[in-house]
Amino acid sequence: MDEIQKKLNAPSKASREDVIGRIISYTCIAVIIALVVSILYFITSRGIATFTTNHVSLWQFLTGKQWNPGTLSANGQPQVGALPMIVTSFSVTILAALVATPFAIAVALFMTDIAPKTGAKFLQPVIELLVGIPSVVYGFIGLTVVVPFIRHLFGGTGSGILAGTIVLFVMVLPTISSLAVDALRAVPTYFRSASLALGATRFQTIYKVLLRAAMPRLLTAVIFGMARAFGEALAVQMVIGNAVLMPHNLVTPTSTLTSQLTTNIGNTIMGTLPNNALWSLALILLLMSLVFNLLIRYIGKRGEIKS
Amino acid sequence: MEAYDLNQTHIIIPPEEIALSTKQLQVYYGHNQQPSMTNASLSFPRFQITALIGASGSGKSTYLRALNRMNDRIARVDGEIRYRGTNINSPKVNVYEVRKHIGMVFQKPNPFAKSISENITFALKAAGITNRQELSNRVETSLKEAALWDEVKDSLNKSALSLSGGQQQRLCIARAIAMKPDILLLDEPASALDPISTTKLEVTLKELTKKYTIIIVTHNMEQASRISTYTAFFHLGHVLEYDQTEKIFQTPEIQATHDYVTGNFG
Repeated sequence: MDEIQKKLNAPSKASREDVIGRIISYTCIAVIIALVVSILYFITSRGIATFTTNHVSLWQFLTGKQWNPGTLSANGQPQVGALPMIVTSFSVTILAALVATPFAIAVALFMTDIAPKTGAKFLQPVIELLVGIPSVVYGFIGLTVVVPFIRHLFGGTGSGILAGTIVLFVMVLPTISSLAVDALRAVPTYFRSASLALGATRFQTIYKVLLRAAMPRLLTAVIFGMARAFGEALAVQMVIGNAVLMPHNLVTPTSTLTSQLTTNIGNTIMGTLPNNALWSLALILLLMSLVFNLLIRYIGKRGEIKS
Repeated sequence: MEAYDLNQTHIIIPPEEIALSTKQLQVYYGHNQQPSMTNASLSFPRFQITALIGASGSGKSTYLRALNRMNDRIARVDGEIRYRGTNINSPKVNVYEVRKHIGMVFQKPNPFAKSISENITFALKAAGITNRQELSNRVETSLKEAALWDEVKDSLNKSALSLSGGQQQRLCIARAIAMKPDILLLDEPASALDPISTTKLEVTLKELTKKYTIIIVTHNMEQASRISTYTAFFHLGHVLEYDQTEKIFQTPEIQATHDYVTGNFG
């Protein structure tokens, strides 16, 4: 009896392992949280310095069209209008998503419902390959193939939103496709059988049952693609033209938030206005990715398939 | 398991008018040389309930799914399925038309994640019916036929997924009969339901024989004897016996059937 009583009250190897395991997990979590918080703090503190120490008005920053952080304008204010970059960033993102979505959904439907075997055999590796190609390669192809082609068709330099859209289209296509495949596979098979057994055609089943049931997750897939397009820097930088000008059409050189950052971050001195202004651009990017994340969570929560 | 002689069979042809029949129906899955369903030749009388019984893996569900071509793209089906003088197993036949006349209800209640009325109008709209009056009439009559109307008439716009399992299954039946089919195929429709829902479902099915021919796969032998007029016994992909239900359960001709219905099987 005494023996058992003693064991009941004493720690054992197993109970000590529990404690150690818990300590390790909490340490890892703490490190990750600290990292995220310090990144957020760093970007935010740098990003708002433009407005606090350099006294640029937020309104002017968001709506101004002149980007020339080194010089002062006529009224003595530094010229840091980010509107052209914001407009270009959103344009390439939305256009790329618009063009890529129908293709991605078609690819996904082919892989899940039209020819699952061929799809898994040939398309899956192709999509995985597309994901794995480094963005600099996409940018290089864009620069040597797409830009000259556009130049030939429309004149001008060939760089601009159109070239950016085409390159981003290829880059987000596999992202959206593979997530759309997951979305369609998550639709229970019995929805398909139910629809077919009622005499609905394959097209009606796909259009009215499958896509309807998968809609929230398909939207999530598109937003993931948009987040990727919005944050892509290198490939876009190579084809967009990198002139901070308001885009008048799809084929004039312009600049996105990310391309401006990668182009100029090495050419400015820490703590000066030109440097702070770039951090403000980074802050906009950060806030946008936060918005994309919140959207994904919101849609994901509303659209869980209940069964 | 005791080895029964699969070639010794007792299969009758009912004297009533025949709604659907199969000749030498064989089903092959994948690249199997061995059919999962061998030489099934059965005739189903009109406006009666026919039960298909047998152990798991005996091929009865496979056979049932072949009848309205639900095995298309899943398995190869050889042989003949006669419906209204046409062999509907021919690739030339319009499979969507076949399914409009031969409806199916599955083991697991599978309503769409739509409202109750949309679940019923889905197939009607897909078939090209757009008149709203016609649609709402069909919703009402089919729900009444499926004995669900009184329970849901005030909540037709509620999600079908908010219904209980038994109600969902009757909704699936309502959805199938809204298409005004000739024949209803039911694949263990009560296996996911509690006893009370099962009884309700059985009463509903009995009522439906006034207008429909019903073929039902069931694991529940009491259920088969309660509701069906004819019963077929399946074993290892073969139909061993087909006769009036009473005969099957009381004086079967085949040893395997006898062992199965008395519970001395395997």
